[in-house]
Parts: sequence; C-alpha cells; structure tokens
Amino acid sequence: MLRWLPENVSTYGEKIDGIFYLIYYITGATFVLVTALLVAFLVLYRHRPGRKAVYTHGNTALEITWTIVPAVIMVVLGLVSKARWDEVKVDIPRGDIQVRVTGKQFNWEILYPGPDGKFDTEDDLQIDNDLHVPVGKVVRVALRSKDVIHSFFLPHLRLKQDTVPGREILTWFEATKPGTYEIPCAELCGFGHSGMKGTLYVHTPEDYARWVAEKWPAQQARLGTKSEAEARG
Amino acid sequence: MSQAAVAAHGAEVHHEELGFWRRYVFSTDHKTIGRQFLFLGLVMMLLGGILALLVRWELGWPETRVPLMGWVPEPFMYDGYMGPEFYNAVFTMHATIMIFFAVMPILVGGFGNFLIPLMIGARDMAFPFLNMLSFWVAVVAGVIMLAGFFVPGGHAATGWTAYAPLSAVPTYSGVDWGQNLWCLSLIVLGISSLMGSINYITTVVNMRAPGMTFFRLPLVIWSLFIVAILLLLALPVLTAALGMLLFDRMAGTSFFLPEGGGEPLLWQHLFWFFGHPEVYILILPAMGVASEILPVFARKPIFGYRAMAYSMIAIAFLSWIVWGHHMFQSGMNPTLGSTFMITTMLIAVPSAIKTFNWLGTLWGGDIHFTTPMLNALAFVSMFVIGGLSGIYMASTPVDIFIHDTYFIVAHIHYVVFGGSVFAIFAAVYYWFPKMFGRMMNETLGKIHFWLTFVAFNCTFFPMHILGVGGHMRRIYNPLQYEFLKPLQPINEFISISAICLGIAQIPFIVNFFWSLAFGRKAERNPWKANTLEWDAPSPPPHGNFESIPTVYRGPYEYSSPLVPEDWLPQTRRLAPERAAAATVS
Ligand code: HEM
Ligand SMILES: [Cu+2]
Ligand SMILES: [Cu+2]
Repeated sequence: MLRWLPENVSTYGEKIDGIFYLIYYITGATFVLVTALLVAFLVLYRHRPGRKAVYTHGNTALEITWTIVPAVIMVVLGLVSKARWDEVKVDIPRGDIQVRVTGKQFNWEILYPGPDGKFDTEDDLQIDNDLHVPVGKVVRVALRSKDVIHSFFLPHLRLKQDTVPGREILTWFEATKPGTYEIPCAELCGFGHSGMKGTLYVHTPEDYARWVAEKWPAQQARLGTKSEAEARG
Repeated sequence: MSQAAVAAHGAEVHHEELGFWRRYVFSTDHKTIGRQFLFLGLVMMLLGGILALLVRWELGWPETRVPLMGWVPEPFMYDGYMGPEFYNAVFTMHATIMIFFAVMPILVGGFGNFLIPLMIGARDMAFPFLNMLSFWVAVVAGVIMLAGFFVPGGHAATGWTAYAPLSAVPTYSGVDWGQNLWCLSLIVLGISSLMGSINYITTVVNMRAPGMTFFRLPLVIWSLFIVAILLLLALPVLTAALGMLLFDRMAGTSFFLPEGGGEPLLWQHLFWFFGHPEVYILILPAMGVASEILPVFARKPIFGYRAMAYSMIAIAFLSWIVWGHHMFQSGMNPTLGSTFMITTMLIAVPSAIKTFNWLGTLWGGDIHFTTPMLNALAFVSMFVIGGLSGIYMASTPVDIFIHDTYFIVAHIHYVVFGGSVFAIFAAVYYWFPKMFGRMMNETLGKIHFWLTFVAFNCTFFPMHILGVGGHMRRIYNPLQYEFLKPLQPINEFISISAICLGIAQIPFIVNFFWSLAFGRKAERNPWKANTLEWDAPSPPPHGNFESIPTVYRGPYEYSSPLVPEDWLPQTRRLAPERAAAATVS
C-alpha cells in the first residue's frame, strides 16, 4: 500500500516514511493475527449438533497480556514519533533561505525578502503561487493567512502546516531533488478550496542563482557574496 | 412512588385505552419513543446516503452531469451539474446528518430508549414526559436542519467541523442563513440530547429491578449509561461554542476572529473537546450491541465481563484528554501535540482489550451464523481496521502527511460505518422481534449483509490508498492536481462501489417494511437469550412486564453446567438442590 506514497524529496521525509512503514508492519501483523484468529474460531467453533460451548468467564493471565503488550508497543511508538516530530515541528532551524507564505482565498502569496534577507523592506518581492528554492538548502517558511484557515501542504516533502489568521507559524523544509512539485491547500477554505494550489520549484544551485539574478538584477553582486559567506559559515 | 404503587400503575396502564395521538405520536412510552427515534434515524440515514452518492459521483467523474439530478433547481445544480459551492454543502450535510441525525438518534435515542428500561427491568424511564419532549425537540432540530437546504445562499458549507473563521463570517463561505440554521439546529438537538441523557442516567441509577446490581447489567446498558454521561458533559461545550459562533456571525462579537481580538483555534479546541467524546458516543453503544449479540450466538459467556465494563470507562475517561490529536497540524503548540499523541496512543489499549475479549468470547463457542451475528462479527473485524488506522494518525509525524487526506476519511468510515452502522444493522435484526413482534426474513437479511460487507470494503478500503497518495479531503475536483491524476481510477472504483453499497440497502428496506407487516410472529424469546427484555411479551405492552422481574445472575450465563439447556435467563431462580442435581447428571 505504501508504494502509493508520492516520491519523497525532503531530508526529514525519509524518517517520517520510516515510521509510516514501522506502523504499517505493526498494524499489518496485528490485523493478520486478529483476522486469522477470528476466521479460525468461526470455522472451528461453528455450530454442530450435540456440542456445547465451553463455559468460561475469562482468563486473567491472557487479559493482562493483551493489555500490557499493546500498551508497551504504543508507548515505544510514541517515543519514536516524538523524536521525529520535534525535528520537523519543534526545533525549527534558522534556515538558509527565508520566505513568507500567506494563504488567502484562493492563492498562496509568496513573499521573498530579497537580498537583504529582511521582510517588509524595499527589495521584497511578492509572487503569487510560485515558490522558488534551491536544492539542499534549509528553507524557513513563515506562514500567515489573510482570511480563513488554509493548510500549506507539500506532499512530496511530507510537510503540512495550517495557516491561521492572526498569527505567524514557522516551519521548514530542505528539498533533496530538483523539480517542480505542487502545493495544494489541504484545509477547506471556501468554494475555491479545490484548485487552490501553488508550485514549488526546486532549482539546482546554478538555476537558482540565475533565477535570483533575474528577479533582483540590481543587487546581484551583493547577494552573491552573502550566499558564499553563508556557505562557508 | 412506592413499589406497590408502581406495580399498580403498570397494571392499570396496561388496560387503559389511549387515543391515537397519545399512543403513536405524543407517546410517553419509552418503546414508542425508541421506535420513533429509530424511524427518524433511518429516514435521515437514507437522505445522508443520497448526499454521499452525490459526493462520490463528483469525485469519480468530476464536473460531469449527475444522473437523475436534473430536477434540482439553480443555483444548487445547473441542469444536473454541481458547482463547488453546492458540493461543499453536500459533504457538510452528509456528515452532519449521518452523525447527528442518523447514528446518534438510532443508537442512543432509538436503542437507548427501547432497551434501557426493558433490560434493567423497569416499567419505563424515570421521566417519561421529558423523554417524549426529547424526541419532539429532536424533530424540531431536524426540521431546522432540513430548512437550511431551502434558504438563499444554500446550506452550511464549511464541513461538519465548521472551522472558524470560515464559518464565522458569512462572506468567507458565501453562506448566510444556511450556516445560522445549522448552528441553531445543533443547539436545539443538544437540548434534546441533554434531556435524554439526564433521563438515562437517572433511570439506570434508580430503576434497576431487584437483584440487578451494576455488575449484572448487560454491557449494552453499561455502554449507554457511559454514553449518557459523555453526552451530559460534552454537549454543553458544543452548545456554548455554537452560541459563540452565532454571535460572531450575527452580533459582531469576534470570539473566533483575530481582527476583533478573537482566536480561530479556540473554536477547534471547543469543537474537539466535544468532538472526540462525540466519536465515542457513536461507537460505545455499538460496542455494547456487539457485546450483547456475540455471547447469544456463540452460546458462551462474554469473555472478561469486568474488563469489558472497565475498558469502556477507561475509553470514556481518556476521550476527554485526546481532543488535541485533531489539531496536530493546526498551529497549536507542537510540544502540546506530543502530549496529546501519548494520550491518543493510550486510548488504543482499551480498544485492543475489547477486541481480544470479543475474540475470547468466540473461542470455544457454539457459533450460529444468524443475520444479527454476521453483522456483529463484521462490526468486530471492521472496528479492528478502524482502530488500527487510528494509530497512523496518532503518530504525529505520520499525521503531518495524512492529516486532511482521504486516509482520515477511510478511518472515519471504518469506525463509523464499519463500526456503528454494522452494529445498527445487528441491533435492528436482533431486537426487531421485540420491537415489532415479528421476525425479519433471514434470507433477505443475509443477502443484505453480504452485499453490504463486500461493497463497504470496496468503497472504503481503497480510500486508505488515496490518502497514502496524498489525496486531500473535501476537494471538488481531484483532476485539478497533477499528482492526483494517477489516483483517478481508484476514485472511479470507489464511486462505483459506493453506488453498489447504496443499492445493497434495498433488501434491507424491503425486509424491514415487509416484516413489519407480514413477518412471522415472534415468540417471547426467539434467540434463547438471557437478558430481561426477552422475559417480556413481544412486543412488550405499556408497562413492559407482567410483574417486575427479580434478577439472580449476570446476563451472559450461556452453556452453564447448572442447567441442561444452553441458556440460563437472568430471572430464572434455581433451587440449590436442583442446581446440584444438574451438575451431577
Ligand atoms: C484506536 C482508537 C482510535 C485512534 C487512535 C484514533 C485516532 C484518530 C486521530 C489521531 C484522528 C485525527 C486525524 C487527523 O485529523 O489528522 C482521528 C480522526 C477521527 N476519528 Fe479516530 N481514532 C480512534 C478511534 C475512533 C473511533 C472509535 C471513532 C468513531 C466512532 C473515530 C472517529 C474519528 C473521526 C470521525 C475522525 C475525523 C474527524 C474529522 O476530522 O472530521 N476514531 N482519529
Ligand atoms: Cu483550502
Ligand atoms: Cu479524536
């Protein structure tokens, strides 16, 4: 079933998929066990004339076993999950690239801070629905909403985060493979919810530099030095 | 009222002739009210099902003309084509109707009312008048809800979860009075449920027959008792939230609107603080029904009676502290998310206990595959799938991907259809003889079961695959997305299966009405069951029992060595020497 997962192109996506597979095996085994027992009992103990059912009210040892075993599995799963969760949603790295994404009915406004790396300054650039990032860089996304709740969904990067009007929510990703990927909105946001989508362009470093040069021709030189400095630091 | 007075009252009512209105319409008899709730729920379920098929048509064959729907006027449908506004209203109302007006009324209102007094050995509910009021208030809520289809702007279109601010500002969703009526209807329905739950709790606590201790209660009564407590505590929260939402919409209060200093996430906290207990309100009675039917047709005591009761209490308790698992990706503090993940994982444990105890009940049994039994078995196996799929979403990192996708839709339906609805079918087939005094047809019942079982799985299992593929829920046209295009054949397959699932209900409807009129007359105890309702005539008269029964033992003494037959009713008194003789022989 899990082969239907969209190709993963983010750093943490693989680890998320790992837990997905782990749960898949645990629940798959449980399902097979329970169903096999069920079917076996139905066949073995179907009504036959002259046979009476076993008279028993339970078995404490068995019952304790099937309480403890699931509890232990669940707690372990919880701990494994927590580590991954913290990595994606709690410990947000500073990021090599910053963007601000604002959901509105029914578009994603993508705001680039420009070469100065600061939002709400002269060199900011806003493009609707197109998010350009370089491959292999940590992208820190500040999510906002203008009207209702939307949800910023990057299926290929295993990222989803609602955008909530009135607050800014930080999230991040690092793409591992150049390409174009869709950014659907995953939270019902009105009649145009279906079809509300943007595009993520993951560029090779050269392509990205070209794109930057095209968008901010004046400051090209400054940007070049900055990103080199960052790469070294 | 003294015991003698109660008995006299019962006997006298038995002979009193009530007029048509008092008997069938404004009846205070718990059995009539139970049947009324059942009919209300079944009719609404039919409507909810039709809405579901509209949703499925749209997803299977997006933006094509829906067959048979040409008559729906603009601006809802355009010569059989639906627009996204109408689509949003359709899935919103599908869920709203199924949850609040079909499953709840049938399991809690219908079977709760019918079974509680009969199974604890009482003549009626503690507050019969309140009981009648609770039904008619529910009807008023239903009328208000249906009225929403006819107002300008159409019905509520923000999902059954009605997330603010979309639901709080008419211009955001384009729906004005539809959403207002939606809120109003659920507030009124909440009042109805409150009246019902107070009644149930009082009745179970105060009106049990002599000898009916709490640990001799049938598990379905335990489940309904626990559900009544959940309702009593959860619904006021929803009512308050709905009131606030109405104020935001109509009086400019901004509880949920950041521009006015409000907080959108407050709605989600309030909604899910109600909403998670609500999903257990939908499943606990179903668990109770299965726990009733499995022992009867396995001719075996329920395995681990006390563990069954305690695990329901544990589920009820835990259901108050897991609501945040619906909000992992909402922007709620992610560290809080980890806490909710742990409580959510824990709630899987009592669910596992119950499943294994049901299996234990079947082990070593003498299993009779009647229609109620088949449906109860389907309940168990489908609940297993629904419970297991919950674990994926409980894991916060995996939920990042599957939240708001079809994986959630698959999970919901495995628990609510695979669980609650199969339990409803089991309960209808099982208690129909007691409710209406006639047997349902077994052949038609089995046809209905197998068609439903197969079509159900073909419809809902592939939704897990859609979810894994990233298919969002609540979208109008999946073909608008490149990455979803390869999944479209699955969407078509699901839609065809859903249509089959709809058609599979025809034998049930035929069987139900045919048996109502022409079914074989039922004896008092056609299934040879132990619980008290089978001690009363079929159907029981006003006042239920000829004389109030005395209870000598628990409800699940099947194949007891004390007696030669394989059942031992709760009311049967065994002389000690006879019991001894029975064991020797
Ligand atoms: C083993 C027990 C269960 C676990 C661990 C579990 C877990 C979850 C989780 C984590 C979600 C939220 C997923 C998301 O939106 O991202 C969810 C949603 C849901 N669950 Fe369960 N669940 C369990 C049993 C049940 C039962 C018994 C029912 C109902 C009878 C139920 C009904 C629902 C519904 C209706 C939703 C979706 C609500 C919505 O967004 O519209 N679940 N479940
Ligand atoms: Cu949206
Ligand atoms: Cu929940």
